[in-house]
Amino acid sequence: MQFTDIHQQLSARFGPAILRAEPQAIDPWIELAGGELTEICRFLRDEPALQFNMLNCITGVDYFEPDAKKAAAVAWQPHLEVLYHLSSLVRKHRLVLMVSLPRWQDDVPGRLPELPSVASVWKTADWHEREVFDLMGVQFVGHPDLTRILLPEDWLGHPLRKDYRPPHDYHGIARRTANAD
Amino acid sequence: MPIERVDPELVEFDLRSDEMLINMGPQHPSTHGVLRLVLRTDGEAVADLTPNIGYLHRCAEKIGENLTPRMFVPYTDRLDYLASMNMNLGWALAVEKLLGFVPCQRLRHLRVLVCELDRIASHLVAAGCYGLDLGSFTPFVWCFREREKILILFEELCGARLTYSYIAPGGVMADLPQGWLKHCDEFLTQFEPVINDLHATLTSNAIFIRRTADIGLLSAEMAADYGCTGPVLRGSGVDWDLRRDGEAIYTRMYEGYQWEVIAQVNGQYPQDYPYPAVPKEAVLGDCWHRFYVRMLEVVQSMKLCRQAIEKYSQTSEVLSEPIKLRQKLTQGTAYLETEAPKGQMGFMLVSDGTPVPWRVRIRSSSFCNLSVSAELCRGCLIADVPAVIGSLDIVLGEIDR
Repeated sequence: MQFTDIHQQLSARFGPAILRAEPQAIDPWIELAGGELTEICRFLRDEPALQFNMLNCITGVDYFEPDAKKAAAVAWQPHLEVLYHLSSLVRKHRLVLMVSLPRWQDDVPGRLPELPSVASVWKTADWHEREVFDLMGVQFVGHPDLTRILLPEDWLGHPLRKDYRPPHDYHGIARRTANAD
Repeated sequence: MPIERVDPELVEFDLRSDEMLINMGPQHPSTHGVLRLVLRTDGEAVADLTPNIGYLHRCAEKIGENLTPRMFVPYTDRLDYLASMNMNLGWALAVEKLLGFVPCQRLRHLRVLVCELDRIASHLVAAGCYGLDLGSFTPFVWCFREREKILILFEELCGARLTYSYIAPGGVMADLPQGWLKHCDEFLTQFEPVINDLHATLTSNAIFIRRTADIGLLSAEMAADYGCTGPVLRGSGVDWDLRRDGEAIYTRMYEGYQWEVIAQVNGQYPQDYPYPAVPKEAVLGDCWHRFYVRMLEVVQSMKLCRQAIEKYSQTSEVLSEPIKLRQKLTQGTAYLETEAPKGQMGFMLVSDGTPVPWRVRIRSSSFCNLSVSAELCRGCLIADVPAVIGSLDIVLGEIDR
């Protein structure tokens, strides 16, 4: 099915939760409101004409420029984006979903932004959401076991955030500070 | 295999012994690298298994957003270090997708040739190590002997034996050296009979079949649900290969090639070559089928290599240079998955128009393939855990990134 048809189907069904679509992008994407994510994903998986039975990847992207000079030049407001790459092994089509999030919940630094988990729709999401939580700091609500996956359990911070500063030591192991910050 | 199906002759008494927590790894030889498996065992049966990963995490994605795409090529080598050519290719094509670059015919055939040769090397390691996991030493030595010949070919090509950095965005580092095609052809000719030796010692070996058939059953639905790809997905009977079903920028590479996707469709594997018969013990989606798919793919890769040699010899264009070290990228986001030997390898770039990507994402095939292991091992015997993990053919460099 073509991208515009998928977009129309979703808009007809979920109306206001489908915010916008970008059919001209290299990988056309649809932006959703985070709240109904699980229902939309379940629909995409179960609808016979769509059958997105595979979630390929979940990606978090941090839009934040720590350098004040460069920050004045960028076109966007600081935010996080979470991308979902889906494909259907049956219908042989692909889709990208995008959800925009604030960098911190209620703008309180340290409070992670929340997003409904899709681990109940695709099992792939289990590990991928843990990875996004671990490295990008997104709280997936409803995830069965949201713990760090690549980094140690007691690690502080989320390294793929653009304003992340690595710790000076970890359990007495000092970091080499050739490029001290 | 659910717990009720454990052979009652092996578990003699129906008494609940105390559960025990056992660590397998991170230095256990049969976990293929620094993978730690935490097993909750109930006697000889595995009640629960938790893979614990991250021991080889090297911040590849963070490094990617501090380097230009050309500089990042050597880091892609170190993802799946048993199939570096395919990692290079995945990254190169993702960058080319962002830039809208169309490779010439000669480059296309050259890439098919080296990538399929690399696929043979990767599947040889998978097959040999799998035999070793299950106690069969000879095929392991044979596999590594043949793989060595491929590594020597690659060494002649680019100077490196494992971390090639050969395929770069926009081209390759250098054209083939003189006489290389002849060496490659000689290798394929002498390698072909070895496949039958491997079939004799592994595929149709009675002990091997008893260790792998009907173990670790993975249904097609569960495979898709967990995002399993590559031979793991095809071993469950799903006819899906990105080389045929992927995005145009990737399938264009294989246009005009004659080959089969190896998967059991309507109860039958492709019959284009005298493959050994499927034993009656084997059930679709078990460890044996995943192994069998890899062995058959080796033959398909050989066919592809032969065609690539012929097609490449017929072209006479001058190969394009790789993109410049600090080439400006197109603003936008590009995600591309390619069919690496272990499954679908995805690379994503988010670019703001500068030479350095804003964000790099690596979707690892082994990462998703491993996530299903807990489900597959639940209820099986401890001795079958290496059989299941080995059949998934994981590489930790790619999982931990």
